[in-house]
Amino acid sequence: MKKVWKAFVNFEKEEKWLNDMAERGLNFISYSFARYTFEEGTPGEYIYRMELLEKLPEHPESKEYINFIEETGAEHVDTYMRWVYFRKKRSEGPFDLYSDYDSRIKYYKKVAAFIAPLTVVNLLAAVYNLHLGLSIGNESGSYGNAYISIINWLIAFILTRMLISYIRRIRKMEKEKQLYE
Amino acid sequence: MTDSNEHGALTEGVYYILLALHKPMHGYGIMQFVKEISNNRVSLGAGTLYGAISTMLSKGWIKALEQEADSRKKEYVITDLGRTIVLDEIKRLEELLDNGKRIIGGYEK
Repeated sequence: MKKVWKAFVNFEKEEKWLNDMAERGLNFISYSFARYTFEEGTPGEYIYRMELLEKLPEHPESKEYINFIEETGAEHVDTYMRWVYFRKKRSEGPFDLYSDYDSRIKYYKKVAAFIAPLTVVNLLAAVYNLHLGLSIGNESGSYGNAYISIINWLIAFILTRMLISYIRRIRKMEKEKQLYE
Repeated sequence: MTDSNEHGALTEGVYYILLALHKPMHGYGIMQFVKEISNNRVSLGAGTLYGAISTMLSKGWIKALEQEADSRKKEYVITDLGRTIVLDEIKRLEELLDNGKRIIGGYEK
């Protein structure tokens, strides 16, 4: 058993990291706030996929979906908020949740719709904290809010970059779709 | 495809799922069937399959069978409407194929 503290903003990087760990024989088994638990196993035994659910995991629709994916030979590893983690044995062949442009585009749009409000909230918080931090700082010399604002700017920057990359990818797939399925 | 066009092309996945469901099958069975019938060329993603099944259920192309008490797995089967959709698609594909062969064939020595 091995625990790793790590925080991701970009789910694709997180998924890649989980697969890199599995490649080294560390199989992800559970997640709770920024803490990943791994168990040692055979290197390269599993392929991991994570996905944003439409509803919270307890919702019947989500339960039905997770159950369906499990029936196709994948294992439901864990859920966290609206995120769900699956894995499948590599010996059972490739493991991708989406196999055509339509469903991939739909999925990226869902993630973009999830990230967009977070980006706006962080931008607003960044501006607000900067303003507050500077005005309090000028009076009392304590710049706490200004420091928090740096974190907000950073998160907003990362999220904006992700949003742009998703929008680009969606556009590219929509173009491809005019020619291929 | 716009709503006014009644005869849009089916996706490869939907076409093969409809073929698979000429016999009752559950999700994993459909994935295996599609893989086998296409000689491993078409590999349906489980999420894609789930979306296609939901859409086809709501359109009435397929229906879910009554579940037996001891089974968690849901089985699906094609409806009469679904069969009509497949037959129309086969006609469309035949037209494509015939035209292609006729025109390309003209260049062959």
